[in-house]
Amino acid sequence: MADQTLSDTPIIQIKNVTKIFGGNVKAVDNVDLEVRRGEFFALLGPSGCGKTTLLRMLAGFEVPTHGSIIVDGQEMSNVPPNKRPINMVFQSYAVFPHMSVEQNVAYGLKMDRRPAKEIKERVAEALDLVKLGHLGKRMPDEMSGGQRQRVALARALVKRPKVLLLDEPLSALDAKLREAMQLELVRLQKTVGITFVIVTHDQSEALSMANRIAVMNTGTVQQVAPPTTLYEMPKNRFVADFIGKINMIDGEATDAGNGEVRVKTSTLGEIKLKSTATGKVALAVRPEKIFVDEKQPTDPSLVYVKGKVGEVAYFGSYSNVFFDIGTGTPLQADISNVSSDIEEFTFKTGEEYWVYWRKADTLVLGD
Amino acid sequence: MRLFKRNPDPMGPLDYSRRFWLRATVGVTLFFLYAPIVGLIAFSFNDSRRNIVWRGFTTDYYVKLFNNESLMLAFGNSLTIAIFCTIFSTFLGALTAYVLWRFRFRGKAIYEGGMALPIVIPEICMGVAMMVFFARVGWPTGLPWPFNLSAITIAHIAFSFPFAAIVIRARLESFNRELAECARDLGASEFQVFRDVVVPHMKPGLIAGALLAFTLSLDDFVITFFTSGPDTVTFPVKIYSMVRFSVTPEVNAASTVLILLTLVVTAFALRMQNRNNMLSNAA
Repeated sequence: MADQTLSDTPIIQIKNVTKIFGGNVKAVDNVDLEVRRGEFFALLGPSGCGKTTLLRMLAGFEVPTHGSIIVDGQEMSNVPPNKRPINMVFQSYAVFPHMSVEQNVAYGLKMDRRPAKEIKERVAEALDLVKLGHLGKRMPDEMSGGQRQRVALARALVKRPKVLLLDEPLSALDAKLREAMQLELVRLQKTVGITFVIVTHDQSEALSMANRIAVMNTGTVQQVAPPTTLYEMPKNRFVADFIGKINMIDGEATDAGNGEVRVKTSTLGEIKLKSTATGKVALAVRPEKIFVDEKQPTDPSLVYVKGKVGEVAYFGSYSNVFFDIGTGTPLQADISNVSSDIEEFTFKTGEEYWVYWRKADTLVLGD
Repeated sequence: MRLFKRNPDPMGPLDYSRRFWLRATVGVTLFFLYAPIVGLIAFSFNDSRRNIVWRGFTTDYYVKLFNNESLMLAFGNSLTIAIFCTIFSTFLGALTAYVLWRFRFRGKAIYEGGMALPIVIPEICMGVAMMVFFARVGWPTGLPWPFNLSAITIAHIAFSFPFAAIVIRARLESFNRELAECARDLGASEFQVFRDVVVPHMKPGLIAGALLAFTLSLDDFVITFFTSGPDTVTFPVKIYSMVRFSVTPEVNAASTVLILLTLVVTAFALRMQNRNNMLSNAA
């Protein structure tokens, strides 16, 4: 029980943090965030959204203009980077080129003036952890990009920080290595139990690795949620659009009481949906939640509309089909190829179908 | 003659080495560059008082050279000045380069331009300015060796440290700032970052800068001429005074020794630099 309360206290508290560069560029705008102990947390957003600035403020390379950063109960805003219980894996790995792998990993402990015997043991342990135990004597220029990243990881983890920061750690690796490294990072995080905060612009990376994700845009946090919530229940247009594919149909919503709204659109008529957003909204539905039929559906729990087949892209297990439903933007549907009868799942341009999805899968998104 | 024979292959646009005029230009350039030096070295072995006609081989003038006390004294002075100048110029140059690279401050552009001024100012002006300066501040003369060389050394440092600073600054441009941040993140203080990460990266620049300062100091004549006194003669100044009487093979021998010394130092520095480059290319 005591452990439970401990793990519930946040290890990082970011309170009303704003960072202004050069007097007028707001890189981070009044951000409030909490990262829980032992969590794999991701900061996700397009480039220039302020996620890297936020990370650099955690590491101590930037000082917040306003607000405070508290790590494990201690105010950090004015603590220099070398005095923080936080370590970072840099985007370029920043492996010291004139030091061997062992010397690289030992550097942080030497700065802490640990005894030589302890340094030796901990370095060996850290290298084993990242599976580089046999390469301690190598120089960095004799290693591949993936191996150098492991050196950077070992070098940061050997200091047993309270939080490990990772700045776009996988962006410099090729696709195959990246996937392997994603699994490896998750395994590593579970093994050491240290809180990881990762910055990435790659949504699939964040979705597959993180326990919780903060989606950022133009310096503000749009939503903080676990990956499933983020995908199925995005809070606004930006989050819905940034994570995965989604169809949006513009409409007007008015309150209908009982936590429901009446949404009026030009093509779908009036639909009653569970939501609280009113005014100008977007009806949103993910492509994989859309089905097609030749007959008009009658089930009242469905939303349906007639659509004309436009472009079709075949992906083997599914087809990405664009239906013209009379709005400006076509509706895209991912139709699973559940039958091996080629005729059955082949869509021809110009054919008309009834396109439908469940009301429960329809999101009402405000700005 | 290979040079005039027609090659059966048609000449490609990038076959520069097969164009006659190009080869001729290169040949003539190399001749004018190296013939005087080769001549100088050859005539240092000439067995003749006067240095015009070849009278047979001898190494007498090298013996004579090393027995010429005032020339050896001048040589010792030159080396002492060059060594001090190298140490201080490299040190000052490195700090200047680091400040210009690391920090942003008011008047940085002016400082950077002002620092490089000794490179563009005519040497004769520098020399006169130095002479006037030392006379005006009443710089003590007649001090015991090596302090009597202090004025020349200071003048040498003043004109060679900008060269070192520029070379080191150029090297710093290729430094990955994340390395410094990473060291800081791992617990290093600002000074430890400089010592453990920045200096190792600067090394090739430090060597090149030191080499520049050394050679600049060793062969400087104009500025030295204005700042040297009767008992503080350097090697180039001494040679100049010897040449005024007559160009003997002894002068040639002295010059040959100087050339050899510069070559050895340069070769050594290049070797060091190559090794360092190979190390830091992994960054």
